[in-house]
Amino acid sequence: MPVNYDFQFDAVLASWDYLLQGAWLTVQLSLGAMVIGLAVAILCALGKTSGPKPVRWLINAYIEIIRNTPFLVQIFLIFFGLPSLGLRMSPDVAALVAMVVNVGAYATEIIRAGIESIQKGQIEAGLALGLRPLQVFRYVVLKPALRTVYPALTSQFILLMLSSSVVSAISADELTSVANNIQSQTFRSFEIYIVVTGIYLVLAMMFSALFAGIQRLVFAYDLDRR
Amino acid sequence: MIRSFGYNEFLFLLSAVQWTLALSAIAFLGGATVGLFVALGRTSTIKPVRLATTGYIQIFQGTPLLMQLFLVFFGATVLGFDINPWAAAALGLTLNASAFLGEIWRGCIQAVPRGQWEAGSALGLRYPGLMRYVVLPQAVKIAVPPTVGYLVQLIKGTSLAAIIGFTELTRAGQIVNNATFQPFLVFSIVAALYFLMCWPLSLLSARLEQRYAARSR
Repeated sequence: MPVNYDFQFDAVLASWDYLLQGAWLTVQLSLGAMVIGLAVAILCALGKTSGPKPVRWLINAYIEIIRNTPFLVQIFLIFFGLPSLGLRMSPDVAALVAMVVNVGAYATEIIRAGIESIQKGQIEAGLALGLRPLQVFRYVVLKPALRTVYPALTSQFILLMLSSSVVSAISADELTSVANNIQSQTFRSFEIYIVVTGIYLVLAMMFSALFAGIQRLVFAYDLDRR
Repeated sequence: MIRSFGYNEFLFLLSAVQWTLALSAIAFLGGATVGLFVALGRTSTIKPVRLATTGYIQIFQGTPLLMQLFLVFFGATVLGFDINPWAAAALGLTLNASAFLGEIWRGCIQAVPRGQWEAGSALGLRYPGLMRYVVLPQAVKIAVPPTVGYLVQLIKGTSLAAIIGFTELTRAGQIVNNATFQPFLVFSIVAALYFLMCWPLSLLSARLEQRYAARSR
């Protein structure tokens, strides 16, 4: 089968700065959602493992609803649905909120598994040493728990960065949206999307490297033991 | 003209569920077929085969599914095929599923104890027989819970076909919303329909996992 397609990357390269702007917003949205999502997940995991029953039930409902519905539908509900309840957001903010809500549910389950892997004796030892319950949670439970689940957590974060391309559906100005805009002006669809796919691959590798660096900094005591 | 959300709109959404399910089924069957070879390639003793399948998995797991769908959709035109959104979505999701299932099943194949492989080859089995009669039957048992769990991810992934214009459940929701302007109601119902498809599978996967963990303890 002959391929008579004339590849033209000039149009893509001419918009390189614009693409980088989009990639930067993708990075910002992802980092923001990771940090806020992690905080949400730690609170929810704490609530799910030691909260009162109604709290546990609510957190469970949140997790199951988010994990069993598509991200795209969650974005539509937040961006198109919430304004009818009086909550209006710009596409970028709606994208961030949707990403936080989404990653929060997955990360809660991951961190909960980490918390449950901490042995009871550790907690009792912490209390016996005179640490207050919050200190026990912070130093004895949370940090080793996060170290245990760190690989699962970071691969979830990379999935989040990749799925952020879906927020282009509400035209938040991130990488995929920028690609769509360039595509509609130049019609070099295949060239644009192959370049953007490459950019996502590079971003995924950069985040992997970043997470490996953080692991070395924060959880170094684990590496010493090996 | 603005319509209000009524029984007919609900029926329209409900009928779109069948397209979501059909797309999921095709992507799963296609992905399972290709994924088996990807898993065998990943666990192969031939280095180039292992490298090629590792690269395949990394590319599909390191890029957004939406980009993969776009590339299939626009790439087919480049190759001279006239492709419709339905075929593009099915092909894109199949390729994506094959990478994910391949990686899941690689773990399951490697989880079969080494002694089983050695016993098989000591009995004179060559690679095909070894795989067919010794390794894969045991790997399948381990593979069932995570595979059911992956089905949930696959069903949710089909929603992205809406963006390239295939009318499955999410696209149907957009269409109904454009006619009724009741986004909160419409997308809540769409979400509820996805939940009804996915939640039973999530529960089943968790239960199978527990049962497997209890048996292998």
